[in-house]
Amino acid sequence: MRIPKTALIGVPILLLVPLAVRFAFPAAEKYYLHLLIQILIWSFIYTGWSLMGRFGLTSLGHGAFTGIGAYVMVLLWNYAGITPWIGIPVAIVVSIIVALLVGYPCFRLRIVGHYFALLTLALTEFVRLCIVGLRDYTGGSLGTQPRRFGDGVSLYALQFEPDRVLSYYVALALWALGLYVWWRIDRSMDRYALDAASQDEDAAASVGIDVTREKLKITAISAAMCALGGAIYAQYQMYIGPDTIAGLSVSLNIVFAVIAGGMWVMLGPTVGAVFTQVLSEVLRVTIQNSAALQKVFGSAVLALDTMIYGLLLILFIIYMPKGILGTLLERREKKQETPLVPAKAGTRS
Amino acid sequence: MLELSNIDAGYGGFQALFGVSMTVKAGEAVAVIGANGAGKTTLLRVISGLLPATAGTMTMEGVSLRATPPHKIISTGIAHVPEGRRLFPRLSVENNLKIGAFIPAARQKFAERLAFVYELFPRLKERRAQLAGTLSGGEQQMCAIARALMSGPKLVLLDEPSMGLAPVIVAQVFDLVRRIRGEGYTVLIVEQNVRQVLRIADRAYLLEVGRLKASGSAAELAASDEIRKAYMGI
Repeated sequence: MRIPKTALIGVPILLLVPLAVRFAFPAAEKYYLHLLIQILIWSFIYTGWSLMGRFGLTSLGHGAFTGIGAYVMVLLWNYAGITPWIGIPVAIVVSIIVALLVGYPCFRLRIVGHYFALLTLALTEFVRLCIVGLRDYTGGSLGTQPRRFGDGVSLYALQFEPDRVLSYYVALALWALGLYVWWRIDRSMDRYALDAASQDEDAAASVGIDVTREKLKITAISAAMCALGGAIYAQYQMYIGPDTIAGLSVSLNIVFAVIAGGMWVMLGPTVGAVFTQVLSEVLRVTIQNSAALQKVFGSAVLALDTMIYGLLLILFIIYMPKGILGTLLERREKKQETPLVPAKAGTRS
Repeated sequence: MLELSNIDAGYGGFQALFGVSMTVKAGEAVAVIGANGAGKTTLLRVISGLLPATAGTMTMEGVSLRATPPHKIISTGIAHVPEGRRLFPRLSVENNLKIGAFIPAARQKFAERLAFVYELFPRLKERRAQLAGTLSGGEQQMCAIARALMSGPKLVLLDEPSMGLAPVIVAQVFDLVRRIRGEGYTVLIVEQNVRQVLRIADRAYLLEVGRLKASGSAAELAASDEIRKAYMGI
């Protein structure tokens, strides 16, 4: 296998980032690393979602899977003392089972498009209600915390939050795993099968593609990735709440970020994570520091970022359906092609 | 090769086929003719498993087709070229062909079959990088037939290959069918274009509102007054 040039340059750079941050922002090292870690963990979750999204399976239910990942792991740790090394696989299995239970009837009955989105939306809400309802264990809508083990850095408890540099490398490894899965699927025959099925299910079945099975496979992988991402996110934040890691806001955030970044290119979800995380930080800081904004909008100012998200989502879907990275790559490709295939304007009457 | 006996099928409460029995022997080209809504397309969809039969038996070289799920039918040696081509429009011609060779047995022979198909249809080789949706109607039909051949079938089901094509192109499409017959494939073809199809078929069945009304050699049917009047406008 030939290693692409971008990886040869990119990997050392990514490994050296904590050092660079230390020199560049000695006063705010923790803050910038925090931002990067958030971007990497969410990129992984977004990449997991895009595996389904790119084949026309627009799920609004992935907030359920991140939630299951986080809550199952934390509850097992807090109440049964089971290490996340076992808790995470259990959480992944639970989320795969849920994904298959919802996916099987959907794919069997050929529920696609809007109906699939609505059904998965209901799943998100169902999981959120379960979390809130089981408030004695989950802390309800206030959320809960994984019990800290020792000084907070432990291999046994898979806790690393106090050490930001370590957290960065954990997040980086997770992100790389996501890209690897994406790349493997992109080169597999399953990708062709799913591409075909998303365009014409009957024709796909008649060339020998088991459409239901292929869709279940990708759904399971996607749900597993989101569960893993949710669990790691919980370990890094050391806090889980139905709004930060489960629920509709997470689902929508995932969809928005991937659409913004680009659904059909490997680094699209990553670009989407950079875009949304930076945007939300900028908005947060602006709102916090601006007395004028707070005066005009009152307490509604807190919802301002959600409003801007909504607006941007509409603009992206209309003007940039391929996302930021998808559109940029397409432009570059066109530029490279132009000299080879000169436009033949005017030769046809 | 293919045997159907007393097949019933329908959509919901509507029955579209009533006790259809027919056989296709190896090496034959068999046509099913009939008017719009006679159940011709339904018949092919039943054979390829896209629509489950509600009664009767159906075997391909002794293997029961009713007990075989749709995506496994192709492994019995039946390839379906559906009505309206049904290519994957946003995939390139070559990727359409690649998907045609999806089943494991066909994947191993992909390169070999691709070369064969390109030799048979050189036009597709020229257009291999083009998106299938941007091909002309005749080329799409060519691509759909080629995609079916990629699985290495024994029997090719062709559903209205002339549909929606200009008369000149229709003649070319029938020429394609003649060529794949020449390559030794068994063909079951469904057509409204009765006159043309009876020229390339050995035998034919006439389907009327879900029931077989007549059968015989293509020449016999082409000579029958009733069919000439009803379907050829003579």
